[in-house]
Amino acid sequence: MQPTRETMRMAARSLAFVALGLALPALPAAAQTIAITGGKVFPVSGAPIDRGTVLIRDGKIVAVGANVTIPADAQRVDATGKWVTPGFVNAATELGVQEIQAVADTRDEFAEGKDGIAAGFRVVDGFNPRSPRIQQAREDGVTTVGVLPLGGIVAGQAAIVDLSDGSAASMTLKAPAAMVGEIGDAQQADLGARGEVVERLRALIEDAKAYARNTQAYDRAQTRPFVASRLDLEAMVPVVQGKEPLLVQADRASDIEEALALAKEYGLKIIIGGGAEAWMVADELAAAKVPVITGAMNNIPNTFAQLGNRQENAGLLRKAGVDVALMGNAGGGDEEAFNVGNIRYEAGNAVAYGMSWNDALRAVTLAPAQIFGVADRVGSLAPGREANVVVWSGDPFEFTSHADQVFIRGKLATGESRRDLLVDRYKTLPPNYDRP
Amino acid sequence: MRRVALALAVTVLACAPAKGSQGAAPAPAPQRMASDTGQTTRDTSQVANVGPGALSLPNADPYPSTYKPFPSRPTVIKNVTLLTAAGPTIPHGAIVMKEGKIVLVTDNANDPRIAQAAGSDAVVIDGTGKYVTPGIVDVHSHLGVYAAPATQASSDGNEATNPATPYVWAEHSVWPQDPQFPRQLAGGVTTEQILPGSANLFGGRSAILKVVPSRTVQGMKFPGAKYGLKMACGENPKRVYEKRGPSTRMGNMAGYREEWIKAEQYKRKWDNWLKDRKGPPPERDLGLETLAEVLRGNIYVQMHCYRADEMAQVIDMSHEFGYKVRAFHHAVEAYKIADLLAKEGIGAAMWADWGGFKMEAADAVRPNIALVAKAGARAMIHSDDPSGTQRLNQEVAKAMAAGREAGINVTEDEAVKWMTINPAWALGLDDKIGSLVQGKNADVVLWSGDPFSVYTKTDKVWIDGALLFDRSDPTHQWRTDFDLGYVPDTRGGTK
Repeated sequence: MQPTRETMRMAARSLAFVALGLALPALPAAAQTIAITGGKVFPVSGAPIDRGTVLIRDGKIVAVGANVTIPADAQRVDATGKWVTPGFVNAATELGVQEIQAVADTRDEFAEGKDGIAAGFRVVDGFNPRSPRIQQAREDGVTTVGVLPLGGIVAGQAAIVDLSDGSAASMTLKAPAAMVGEIGDAQQADLGARGEVVERLRALIEDAKAYARNTQAYDRAQTRPFVASRLDLEAMVPVVQGKEPLLVQADRASDIEEALALAKEYGLKIIIGGGAEAWMVADELAAAKVPVITGAMNNIPNTFAQLGNRQENAGLLRKAGVDVALMGNAGGGDEEAFNVGNIRYEAGNAVAYGMSWNDALRAVTLAPAQIFGVADRVGSLAPGREANVVVWSGDPFEFTSHADQVFIRGKLATGESRRDLLVDRYKTLPPNYDRP
Repeated sequence: MRRVALALAVTVLACAPAKGSQGAAPAPAPQRMASDTGQTTRDTSQVANVGPGALSLPNADPYPSTYKPFPSRPTVIKNVTLLTAAGPTIPHGAIVMKEGKIVLVTDNANDPRIAQAAGSDAVVIDGTGKYVTPGIVDVHSHLGVYAAPATQASSDGNEATNPATPYVWAEHSVWPQDPQFPRQLAGGVTTEQILPGSANLFGGRSAILKVVPSRTVQGMKFPGAKYGLKMACGENPKRVYEKRGPSTRMGNMAGYREEWIKAEQYKRKWDNWLKDRKGPPPERDLGLETLAEVLRGNIYVQMHCYRADEMAQVIDMSHEFGYKVRAFHHAVEAYKIADLLAKEGIGAAMWADWGGFKMEAADAVRPNIALVAKAGARAMIHSDDPSGTQRLNQEVAKAMAAGREAGINVTEDEAVKWMTINPAWALGLDDKIGSLVQGKNADVVLWSGDPFSVYTKTDKVWIDGALLFDRSDPTHQWRTDFDLGYVPDTRGGTK
């Protein structure tokens, strides 16, 4: 089995043609035993293996190593000279909930909520597994994404989704994976001052705690009025119990410190998202064991809360012992849904600005999986994990490399993205509109 | 992490993104401060006692450049790989800069002419393992007109009070202390075009700047550079003027044509008067003056346009009125009409991979630049973004790789042109900058390695032979006034 991307696409095209011109590529049913051999294997959870084998059976990884016995019936993928990594995890996307940013009815990441609170909002309820953007992401070696709700003080519940073929339910690894909130931007919350954002958060947290203690009284309408609806409070219960992380978007160092203080006071488990100035409080974050999701491609004082923005942020945090997952933060061109695959360049830039290569790989695989509590499923090449595996033509962070083969839950991702179809149509001019 | 409020602020700011515009919140009103604008732009100056440049004269230059090259020393970089943008890669070559010019490019690092050209007091840099390219040219920037931090107070890029504002000049908005300038320089950009935004059909004149510290924009202006005129197609104007019009693409076209008709008449009147200068001169009109200069070929049209069919409409319009579009910007669908662009001699300034943020960006493909280049049209990268402008080498690397994946044999020699000589051509400056050729301005970047690797950074950047950025030397890392005290000083490495 030596499918290049081109042959994968061709195969998929004829398949689709036979199957009544399915607009969306289907993953061929091929759940069986596959041995990816000869490649430079990066398990992430262990040391790299120079000429290693990754053995996949029925969608799961069953063995990884230099001396793996390959069953006779295994399909072999020769990865000699290639780099083999876990499928990449982009922790902060709008994939599947946003098609065209400027077209409102293709966007499902903002909830109206009430007074800036939308804790009950589950972004995954609007997730579209047939979004053409998903195939683009797969082609670029991304096999798992975090889908984040946006807006308000508490935006709602994030989901972690495998980019496998199927329904939203079957793709979902974890939902809710985190509650998304923010500190520091009063404007986003439609409030007057950052302290007021914190005040609202406190009110919500305290009401959620009271609700959890007195659910029966609440149901009998024997509690004081709460600031949020029943489903908002219900959704906040695991958060205030420290079971579900609160992903706090915060950029200014003092906002991050405020988030740490709140977490300590209320016993919350938090993640910092954005974290422009996190490097200034790296030691405090490390001491509190609070992970950070940030990028490595922005050094602009975009706002007064981001005066300390710098590309070394991720590397400095790592050096201080903070768990770091990378996200796109260059800020242009729709890296949240259209260019989800550019996460690999974020990792490359992180290396250019001081992060070790291994840490950068970890920051786009195992680290986000751990942060969102799905490391038992994805993020590393280890027995028992979902067989999300990418065979790269070379160093995955380099522009001249590409994903040769992408396996998601053991199935080879095939098919063409809209981008591919457009290029096929127009690579010779004038276009031949008769060609599919 | 993307914030709602921030995303909304971007909507009318730069050209491309329409982030959040129709999401949870309504699109913001056009950036305007009505009480400040008034009717100050219509100059009906008296005939007598006019100042210099107060007539509607071709090539008038009332706000002249005061740029002077910074002090420089003769400099040699040897044992270096040169991507010249003028021919094949030169491995283990050398380049000599002296008195602001490139005085020697050679494929022999031991060429005896090096010492001769450089003189005895030259700085000699060993470039082993490193690369040299021409300074990067970004034809689409909003630095200084949308300065950081993004505040209403510094939102100076869209005079969104009228769909036709050819009377505004970007240089009158540029804030030289925008902290984004030194970051862009550190990315290897040495010349850029600052454009007004794309809210308007006619956005105003561009400013062609050198990326240098200066108290005034005049001190950054590229001497002798022709102005550009920013025009815009498609969604942005019709969204911004939805209520008053244009609200459709046909309304956009009618809006351009109306102005060109006025401009033809204005030009005729002035050209007649200029023949013998008899009698009082015709009344001056600031906007039509700019359009007349386009019709005379003295100002380049730089047109924001995404869709192939709209570009084709605009090309017909340019024939109708007898002007040329110099380059389409964004040109997300340029690949669909690359043959037409080649035939018309029109450039296309593109992103490597931006797309999806609005309907007219839905058909973005990664080999766009390579496909346009392959068709023989003038292809180039552009940023339209203060972050992207710092990594145009990386954007070109993506576009190069995408071309190769599409089966087009893109060499590094070709790819380097996309960020140097081709954008220099779009500004009409390809005789001065954009390639490593003897006699050209010494705008030079020394890279730590192959500029198309993600791990490579600039080492040093020279403009007119003067060392303006040096990653290893904090005294050559410009901080703007804004940076002082506001932005932590992290020069000299990590914390």
